[in-house]
Amino acid sequence: MTYDAKRSAGLVNEPHPPTEDADATAPQSAAAVHGEQHPIALYLLVWVLLFVLSACSYMVDYFNFQGYLRWGLIIFFMLLKAGLIVAVFMHMAWERLALVSAILIPPLAVLVFVGTMAFEGDYTNLTRLMFFGAG
Amino acid sequence: MTVDPSTLPLGANASRPTGLDGLVADWSSDQRSFKSASWGKAMMWIFLVSDTFVFSCFLISYMTVRMSTTVDWPNPSEIFALNIGGKSIPLILIAIMTFDLITSSGTMAMAVNYAYARQRRKAALLMLITAVFGAAFVGMQAFEWTKLIHEGVRPWGNPFGAAQFGASFFMITGFHGFHVSVGVIFLLIIARAVWRGDYDREKRGFFTSRKGRYEIVEIMGLYWHFVDLVWVFIFAFFYLW
Repeated sequence: MTYDAKRSAGLVNEPHPPTEDADATAPQSAAAVHGEQHPIALYLLVWVLLFVLSACSYMVDYFNFQGYLRWGLIIFFMLLKAGLIVAVFMHMAWERLALVSAILIPPLAVLVFVGTMAFEGDYTNLTRLMFFGAG
Repeated sequence: MTVDPSTLPLGANASRPTGLDGLVADWSSDQRSFKSASWGKAMMWIFLVSDTFVFSCFLISYMTVRMSTTVDWPNPSEIFALNIGGKSIPLILIAIMTFDLITSSGTMAMAVNYAYARQRRKAALLMLITAVFGAAFVGMQAFEWTKLIHEGVRPWGNPFGAAQFGASFFMITGFHGFHVSVGVIFLLIIARAVWRGDYDREKRGFFTSRKGRYEIVEIMGLYWHFVDLVWVFIFAFFYLW
């Protein structure tokens, strides 16, 4: 017999009826105390910031910046956006360092991978130019 | 009442040291290291780290083929431009998709807040809005794919330049779009449960038979924000670079 079947047969006590409001009718279970709650204004602020940063990175393309200025700005805006999303929307700013380090440090290994593959790509490009000519 | 230690509130750990001392104390402590996160949240985070590596591999292989080709890379600014009112606006569809996804992230963050405040109808509605924005994103992506396929872009070649462009484009955006689609489906499933009050009644899940808790909304939110996070990197490296 499943839990739901038992419940509808009256074999289990219904813990409490669904409630709409946050007031005292809802018992303070672990999740309620545990849960991350922050003012909506904080989320709206981050939302606006993400909009502005996205608009900024779009403008980099619209005004057709080139070279190091383009790449620098793109990466700068990208990292700011990623940081805001992870820290506030994903609540990383309020987690303990044990979780933060376990989640954020391993991806840094990707940078080594990027480095080796950039080296490899450069080398492949060089050999192609040497043996096949440009194009 | 017996207490499952994995559901102990953060407040119960208030006496634990913070910062680096806390890091050492948590990792050398008994039973579990993640004192502030439940097993569900920690497992979602670990899944997201593994997904980070998957997307990293796609973006790194894109970098490698773009660096090594001797043919000019197609200019995404022109390829993803749209004609609006007889004027060609660069990357406009991608910009709209970006704002759409950021907005969906904002509504998701608010849904998590309302779920913890036990305002289940508001939470469910916000999740529904999030799902609609997600579905709109997938729709725009389908439009973008259709347009490019009509223009002759294929995984093995295209009329604009380096042949590897199509393979990178379909692989990266396709995998991301798949993530968004899965997210929309789960958003709808959880929004329905929130709306019915399943988590107020602690209704057991059909799969794990564990008691349903509002925390699932936050865990769902982690996944959804991650999809937005990946798009930030795709937008920067694939569309703007």
